[in-house]
Amino acid sequence: MNEQFSGNARHSRLALFHIDGPLLLGLLALVGFGLFILYSASGQSVFMMKAQLVRLGVAFAVMIAVAQVKPQTLKRWSLPLFIAGLGLLVAVLLVGHVGKGAQRWLDLGFMKFQPSEVMKLAVPMAVAWFISSHSLPPRLGHLLLGFAMCAIPTLLIAKQPDLGTSILIATAGVFVLFMSGMSWRIIAFVGGAISAFLPILWLFLMRDYQRQRVLTFLNPESDPLGSGYHIIQSKIAIGSGGIEGKGYLQGTQSQLEFLPERHTDFIFSVISEELGLTGVLILLGLYLFIIGRCMLIASQAQDNYAKLVAASFTLTFFVYVFVNIGMVSGLLPVVGVPLPLVSYGGTSMVTLLAAFGVIMSVGTHKRMLAAP
Amino acid sequence: MLKKRVAIQDFAAESRLFNRRAIVAMLIVVALFSLIIFNQYQLQVVKYQDYQTRSEGNRIKVVPMAPNRGLIYDRSGILLAENRPVFSLELVPEQVGDMDATLAALATLISLSPEQIDAFLKQVRAQRRFNSIALKEQLTDTEVAIIAANQHRFAGVTVEARLSRHYPFGDLFTHAIGYIGKINSRELQQLEEDGEAANYAASRDIGKIGLERFYQRQLHGTMGYQEVEVNNRGRLIRVLRSVPAVSGQNIHLGLDVGLQLTAQQVLKQQRGAIVAMDPRDGAVLAFYSNPSYDPNLFVHGISSTNYNALLNSRDRPLINRVTQGTYPPASTIKPHLALLGLETNTITPQTKIWDPGYFMLPNSDHRFRDHLRWGHGWVDVYTAMIKSCDTFFYEMGIKLGIDRISDYMSKMGFGEKTGIDILEESSGIMPSRGWKRARHNQPWYPGDTVPLSIGQSYWTTTPLQLVVATAVLLNQGQLPTPHLVTAFSSEQQQTPHAPALTPVIQVVNPDNWQVVMDTMHRTVKDIGGTAYKAFEGASYSAAGKTGTAQLAAIAQDGEYDADSIDERLRDNAMYIGYAPFDKPSIVIAVALENAGGGGSNAAPIARQMLDYYFTAGVNQNE
Repeated sequence: MNEQFSGNARHSRLALFHIDGPLLLGLLALVGFGLFILYSASGQSVFMMKAQLVRLGVAFAVMIAVAQVKPQTLKRWSLPLFIAGLGLLVAVLLVGHVGKGAQRWLDLGFMKFQPSEVMKLAVPMAVAWFISSHSLPPRLGHLLLGFAMCAIPTLLIAKQPDLGTSILIATAGVFVLFMSGMSWRIIAFVGGAISAFLPILWLFLMRDYQRQRVLTFLNPESDPLGSGYHIIQSKIAIGSGGIEGKGYLQGTQSQLEFLPERHTDFIFSVISEELGLTGVLILLGLYLFIIGRCMLIASQAQDNYAKLVAASFTLTFFVYVFVNIGMVSGLLPVVGVPLPLVSYGGTSMVTLLAAFGVIMSVGTHKRMLAAP
Repeated sequence: MLKKRVAIQDFAAESRLFNRRAIVAMLIVVALFSLIIFNQYQLQVVKYQDYQTRSEGNRIKVVPMAPNRGLIYDRSGILLAENRPVFSLELVPEQVGDMDATLAALATLISLSPEQIDAFLKQVRAQRRFNSIALKEQLTDTEVAIIAANQHRFAGVTVEARLSRHYPFGDLFTHAIGYIGKINSRELQQLEEDGEAANYAASRDIGKIGLERFYQRQLHGTMGYQEVEVNNRGRLIRVLRSVPAVSGQNIHLGLDVGLQLTAQQVLKQQRGAIVAMDPRDGAVLAFYSNPSYDPNLFVHGISSTNYNALLNSRDRPLINRVTQGTYPPASTIKPHLALLGLETNTITPQTKIWDPGYFMLPNSDHRFRDHLRWGHGWVDVYTAMIKSCDTFFYEMGIKLGIDRISDYMSKMGFGEKTGIDILEESSGIMPSRGWKRARHNQPWYPGDTVPLSIGQSYWTTTPLQLVVATAVLLNQGQLPTPHLVTAFSSEQQQTPHAPALTPVIQVVNPDNWQVVMDTMHRTVKDIGGTAYKAFEGASYSAAGKTGTAQLAAIAQDGEYDADSIDERLRDNAMYIGYAPFDKPSIVIAVALENAGGGGSNAAPIARQMLDYYFTAGVNQNE
């Protein structure tokens, strides 16, 4: 106890606002790096820079606001949030706005709102609430219920259809189960079940464009001007960057717009092209620092709910990073996941920083937890 | 209490469990990050060269730039073919907001035919949206001004200037210079076969006939190119490297504008050809085929109405009469035959024969008539030339025989293409036994030789062949290759073009040259000579030979038209001549279709040409 007090003394002013210093530093460095490359990737658009800054400001404000909320409070709100989220998903399916061939948006009149974003937080929080209300490791029955809590929103989102997000949300929930100590035998069984499920997914659940993405992923050169075009151009951008890169603002693939979605999903390719392997290593270093710091916060939390939620958010954050980079560099199929805190974009950034707010709350409310 | 202790114990165990899982998770994170780094290493280091090359290939495009076509000048440097800026109205669909409204608004400013709009819209659909597409070509100055004044109203509408061939003298040089037109698929295929296609990537036009075609390679020049950076839609971002095009070579002709104008003026409506050449080197001084036509009609694509009018005209303006008009030479080849007669001792300068007004072959009562029905009486070779006595040549021809005539005349270039530097040329016909066997599947009869001896029957020549064969006489056996081009020039240098003379005839007795020259001189000089009247009072000493060809064997495929059958069956008037007599610098041939006698029709035209030549001082200071 005392150790923790003294340990946090240096950050007393930050601690007063429930902000974790190292994590904030890591996030700011990452965001700074992101803005730096966004200026290039947006074609030096001052408008986009301003919009992104405003968004970041809002998102950081949300993060700090969330950090003020005690983990116990978050825990109490987990189930209601989850149920409300489910309701919104159903509403989207009924009256949602169709954009880019998928029904994801709920038009609230003054703004458009994507309920799946809420579920990115609500699903792991609710699963963690449920699992942590029993002793760990969870019993089989609890695990099954936990899986069910993941599956329902996943299927609703997959039906929009937004396969990428639905899988990520399922993953976030499953991470809670994994961190809660689900036995390796069950993990192996689930792994086997998912493998068995893949043909069903392919044959019955995936839409043509999704199948096409997978096929293109498996052999992008088969359709160089069609659906393989994006991934080929992206790999050319990455490969031609070399070790040192072509130089800031000098990326021909990105500046001449051979690279698709250069300021959103494919911004990693811009980094690779202009800053080379060097820039990539710096970026990965920042991500690894943030993930490591968050995992440390999770492991030091004294409440299972807090541990599980923090760890799940951390791993989900990692999955975003890995899926995005894997996607643009040809390791994974193209699934439309932005590079967290770097890509130009709105809702997902707020959600993401809200999650970091939760982690900060977990990291800075430990004293109170221990109090009787 | 117990419950609480268990809970505390659970907490420690749970914490250990969680920490183990956290370590596993972090290991997985690190492993997957390592996978990413490994993959990045593969892409950015191992396969760097490959992707680097593909990246360059993406962004760099080579844009060809057409060279400026070489210009064509007359002998004194007057421009005969130039490149003029022409203006076209072009639209970039991407920048034009409402295409229909824009077209409608433009139509109120300048006249736009529905065909133009249809053709334009077709192009709009076929091409990429940021390409500039011509709506109307060859804008008038007024139209350019109207568009310029209203430019602000239209986005994406521009007036583009580009160079276009123009022939300022219109129909004056058409048959020599020819014209250019858009490259067609056959020509493109030919260029590909010649390995030239790459050099034409930016070229629209190619020489179609005449010098423009013959010297296409020299006139065209070498394509330049720009290496430009483009974006993913092919739009130009910036120029990386520029290799300028090398303009085609200019060509300089021996032709003289004044002589050409004289030829056009003296011929008026008369169908025919005038060609004049410097016998010493074969440089062509005048080259005019009448009627002519305006080559500028062809440069931008001739309308079918205009083309059919030219094609179907009874005067056949498309035929190049200088090189493709095959006429019976008639008496104009008597000097050449006389030389052969002298050389073979068939005749001597002293030989005299009795001309009763006709010639009969042994064992035949067919009379080959002289043009003078009552005959010339006693004639030697001089009289036979001066008065153009046919009987003398009938008799000499029979003694010479077809084989010697055919061989000797072939050496002088008859029956062969002269090799002038245009491709539109006929070889004419120098008949022989073999030719008649092949052509008519008949043996050669002595009766064929008789009219051949006065340049009739099967023998046909082009006016250019007559000039060349006459130059062989003047050059004492040296045959010049006629050439319109006398020099090429580029910015750096001027290269003269003068094909060497070819020795074709070795004489037994050099005095024979002078005999033949004298006969031609006296034809002009002596009172009563067939060309005396035409050249009476000339300030220079001319020599020549007249010819009057009966049209039993009209060279052109005479389509008989009942209304004009008389006119089209009249004799062709022919003349060959040269001057000055002692030191010839010009040799001329005149061929007039259905004009009548050569002495009274063709010779006066040659006189006017030579008068101009000497008074204007063409070719004098060389």
